[in-house]
Amino acid sequence: MHLTQGTFSYLPPLSDEQIRAQVDYALEHGWPVAIEYTDDPHPRNVYWNMWETPMFEARDAAAVMLELERCRKANPGIYVRLSAFDRSKGRQTTALSFIVDRPAEEPGFGLERTDFADRQIKYTLRPYATNSPAGRRYSHGD
Amino acid sequence: MVIKNGAQDQAHSRWASGVMPYREMGYWKPDYEPKESDVLCAFRITPQPGVEPEEAAAAVAGESSTATWTVVWTDRLTSYEDYQAKAYRVEPVPGAPDQYIAYIAYDLDLFEEGSIANLASSIIGNVFGFKALKALRLEDMRIPPHYVKTFQGPAHGIVVERELLNKYGRPLLGATVKPKLGLSARNYGRVVYEALQGGLDFVKDDENTNSQPFMRWRDRYLFCMEAVNKAMAETGEIKGHYLNVTAASMEEIYERAELAKELGSVIVMIDLTIGFSAMQSMARWARKNGVLLHLHRAGHGTYTRQKSHGVSFRVLAKWCRLIGVDHLHAGTVVGKLEGDPSNVSGYYDTLRLNRVKADLGRGLYFDQDWSSMPGVMPVASGGIHAAQTHLLLHYLGEDAIFQFGGGTIGHSMGIAAGATANRVAVEALIQARNEGRDFLREGPEILERTARWCRPLREALELWRDVTFDYASTDTPDVVMTPSF
Repeated sequence: MHLTQGTFSYLPPLSDEQIRAQVDYALEHGWPVAIEYTDDPHPRNVYWNMWETPMFEARDAAAVMLELERCRKANPGIYVRLSAFDRSKGRQTTALSFIVDRPAEEPGFGLERTDFADRQIKYTLRPYATNSPAGRRYSHGD
Repeated sequence: MVIKNGAQDQAHSRWASGVMPYREMGYWKPDYEPKESDVLCAFRITPQPGVEPEEAAAAVAGESSTATWTVVWTDRLTSYEDYQAKAYRVEPVPGAPDQYIAYIAYDLDLFEEGSIANLASSIIGNVFGFKALKALRLEDMRIPPHYVKTFQGPAHGIVVERELLNKYGRPLLGATVKPKLGLSARNYGRVVYEALQGGLDFVKDDENTNSQPFMRWRDRYLFCMEAVNKAMAETGEIKGHYLNVTAASMEEIYERAELAKELGSVIVMIDLTIGFSAMQSMARWARKNGVLLHLHRAGHGTYTRQKSHGVSFRVLAKWCRLIGVDHLHAGTVVGKLEGDPSNVSGYYDTLRLNRVKADLGRGLYFDQDWSSMPGVMPVASGGIHAAQTHLLLHYLGEDAIFQFGGGTIGHSMGIAAGATANRVAVEALIQARNEGRDFLREGPEILERTARWCRPLREALELWRDVTFDYASTDTPDVVMTPSF
């Protein structure tokens, strides 16, 4: 399976050059960029782990790319995303968010159906990866 | 009634019994300076022959506020100067010798707080059938912040919707299930599943998909939620289906909405035909229950389309933002339904921005301050397809929902492939735009190049590349700007 969260998940994986172009776009708009990672791909897992705080001071995509490289090294083989934050009044929310790294193999989600009254079904989505404890969910180094 | 020139000889004073020109009763005040808290209206008036535009404007002001056809002494028991609406400006319409734009100011006390039904009954209640006018159109309204703040506004709004769905930086994608009538619930759910699993964010019931003999609402909800959940499991992405809860009574509407919520739907849908107060009730329900509210503007074309008579869609858009829907269909520019590019751009700004500047070239007659009321997500739907994605992005921007119904379900490789083609087209163009490319000019080339590795997109382009709906618009701004595109 292929996790399709994020702005560019239907495109081929972005090269570093392409990632940098998106970072440039964010910085040109005055949107600081944050790096986050996770090994829990549940669509309602909102709070991925922060790789330090959002880079409010970064004026140059090179600084972001350097941090991204550090994050990747420390967290190989799991999901990493970049998010740009627009603090302007009336927005104050994420403006762009896209996955830049993902596990080589994504086992996907199980869908549990629980019969309820009157033909209703309660659905539970469970990532197969989260059957294992955090930190041991995807094989590293691939 | 309107008195023609020179026919008011017996009018001894303002309070003599009988009839009197509206402008002499205080409804025409060319020196009036509108207050910040006034509701302002711009009407397009077409007076009957022999009726002067100022008198016609005063008549509209009178009939939409305190006046009746004859002088009544009971006015003198009121502070009538405050409650009389005031026509304060009349301007000829360029290129239309029998038409004028009349500007009218209404004191805020004329309206009940937070009630679109009351606002509409006042402003468009009686006056549109008035004999002294050949035609009358409400072009625009300035809703003062004092009044804006008495409305709930969108149940969630654009920002919260994106945060609930975890989708940023691109237009959302939808499709309406086709055929909209006749499918059994089980087959209907199949379309929903294929389209979501292929890459759309939303699928939609159509306006008249309610509860017919071939598919009852409850069955549809159950099968659609199976489809939504299955597609979520296969993509790891939040998905939704606009379950239309439109029904004959408020009790039934609530009953349907409650089941949709219990089944875990992130969104429900209503039609404009349920009426303004029912819409406001559902906006409250949607906020209380954390469910997004989609509005299909079913029927609006009966009064928004003709330029000389009716209510402009920009007024309806303002009312819908105040009422509190999260989604509103607002035109595509390039699709099969009416929508002049300049006017549509004005509707989109009206729905999304916090402050909208007057701009006659886009049909915006007044500055509008929304006082931080959240924005409504505009929906583009009706005869659009992947080969137009660069045009849609250019005209409509990224805070919008592009709904490709036929453009998903009619794909030669199947519904899921159609959905994938649309998603890939949108992501490729957003990527190109962000990289600083001139995506409008280079759009076709960007799509063709993307299609080299994406067969569904290739097939979509081959199928629909040359499909356009190039007809003159009925409703266009009077002031023509030099096109910048």
